[in-house]
Amino acid sequence: MPSLGADMEAGTLVEWLIKPGDAVKRGDVVAVVDTDKAMIDMEIWQSGVLRQIVVQAGERVPVGAVLALLQVEGVPAAEPATAAPAAVPTVAAAPASAAPQPAAAYAPGRTQALPGREHVTPWARKLARELGIDLAGVHGTGVGGAITHQDVERAAARPGVAPTVSKGRLRASPRARRLAQELGVALEGVAGSGPEGAVVAADVERAARQARETAAPAATEAEAVAPETRAALMRRAIAAAMTRSKREIPHYYLATEIDMGAALDWLQSENERRPVPERLLYSALLIKAVARAAAKVPEVNGFWTDVGFRPSAAVNLGMAVSLRQGGLIAPALMDVQDKSLGEIMRALRDLVARARAGRMRSSELSDATLTLTNLGEQGVDVVYGIIYPPQVALVGFGRISARRTITATLAADHRVSDGHRGAVYLNAIDRLLQQPAAL
Amino acid sequence: MDKAEIRAAVVKVITAIAPDISVDELIPEIDLRADLDIDSMDFLNIIVGLHEKLQVDIPEADYPRLTTLAAFIDYLSDKLG
Repeated sequence: MPSLGADMEAGTLVEWLIKPGDAVKRGDVVAVVDTDKAMIDMEIWQSGVLRQIVVQAGERVPVGAVLALLQVEGVPAAEPATAAPAAVPTVAAAPASAAPQPAAAYAPGRTQALPGREHVTPWARKLARELGIDLAGVHGTGVGGAITHQDVERAAARPGVAPTVSKGRLRASPRARRLAQELGVALEGVAGSGPEGAVVAADVERAARQARETAAPAATEAEAVAPETRAALMRRAIAAAMTRSKREIPHYYLATEIDMGAALDWLQSENERRPVPERLLYSALLIKAVARAAAKVPEVNGFWTDVGFRPSAAVNLGMAVSLRQGGLIAPALMDVQDKSLGEIMRALRDLVARARAGRMRSSELSDATLTLTNLGEQGVDVVYGIIYPPQVALVGFGRISARRTITATLAADHRVSDGHRGAVYLNAIDRLLQQPAAL
Repeated sequence: MDKAEIRAAVVKVITAIAPDISVDELIPEIDLRADLDIDSMDFLNIIVGLHEKLQVDIPEADYPRLTTLAAFIDYLSDKLG
């Protein structure tokens, strides 16, 4: 289970897209993983042939757990696939992750989720909530008597208990999810009328109306077993990452006001020339300037690891994207330093669309080397950012003022750089934005 | 192209870009930015969507006028009428 960001401790394997015997190439999407924040298309980082699936769809396992065994290209076949995964660590299909701890640092084969406080696996707890099963009455068959999701499924199948929820991905529009949360409607029980049975806002409203009409006595009971919403899970993930950041990273902050006159004039004339689908937003200029300046001040671009700072040659710029249903996610625009403004614009459109639809690739969540957050659209003047570990800096932009200036801020890690270098970095962004045609 | 056809096209483009917006919500006076949380990326996607659907080229200079659904419909019926 790859680490797809500092806020991820475990993930649920939602579905495998390959089966034993299939040949895979580095970069192929092989499975879908639910990180609590989003459904992620998980890429594989070695080419070879899939020998055995270790973690089945539906299981939730900690980061670092072996998901499958891969016969790596060019490596002779090892012991039979039934051998303990620990015996063939070289073929453990642990996709490379940006986390400072290599996957090997985790106990191989630890596919049993960590025992919970009451010896209930997280997936079992989630399933029990969804199915309305009281865990007190479930017999545990896992390690040390822990209750596993199979135990919950067995309990649900007992006569007299009617599970009402089918497993698998629930399709619902972001607005429907937000509305369901506001109205206290469990999405699982709502019949969807959207494409492919997706739940849309109108369905939620209808369900809420029906619930109100069919009396109140059941309401308190329903509330008691309401499943934890995705919004709540995301909130918790953000809380964990940001708490860690504030605890571990000695932040320092710098701000500078940048004259955007030249950039905006150039953009206007450029957009008059460009066909409609090729038009640029000013954020494309900010993105390029932030990336090119990072090449001049490498201390802001890379990862903090156990052995200190590891700079990155590529600038993979994490773009803080706020989601309509609440929360945010910061997938990366890869290799920004080599992209033209037009390419950045196309990549940005694609990334924002997929982030909002909840479909991103694993590398986009694990490989960001620096983050950019632009809150200008929300009308604020200045952003004081919190660094997303293990990164070491975050650049923020406020709105463009009536005087056509913008305030750029830098939150940076004092373990890696000092205020002087941070100032050099912000000034480099400023200078680049004064010559937009050269971006 | 009459106003009803233009309205249908604009609504189709907006709901494709923001699928969580229901057609019922799209009353003419609705403010795209304030009420529907349309940001500059969404707005550009609407302009591109209209360009593809109606072969209309909306210059950037006209963006500030296009704040509501009604404004889009009036603007486009002037331009296409």
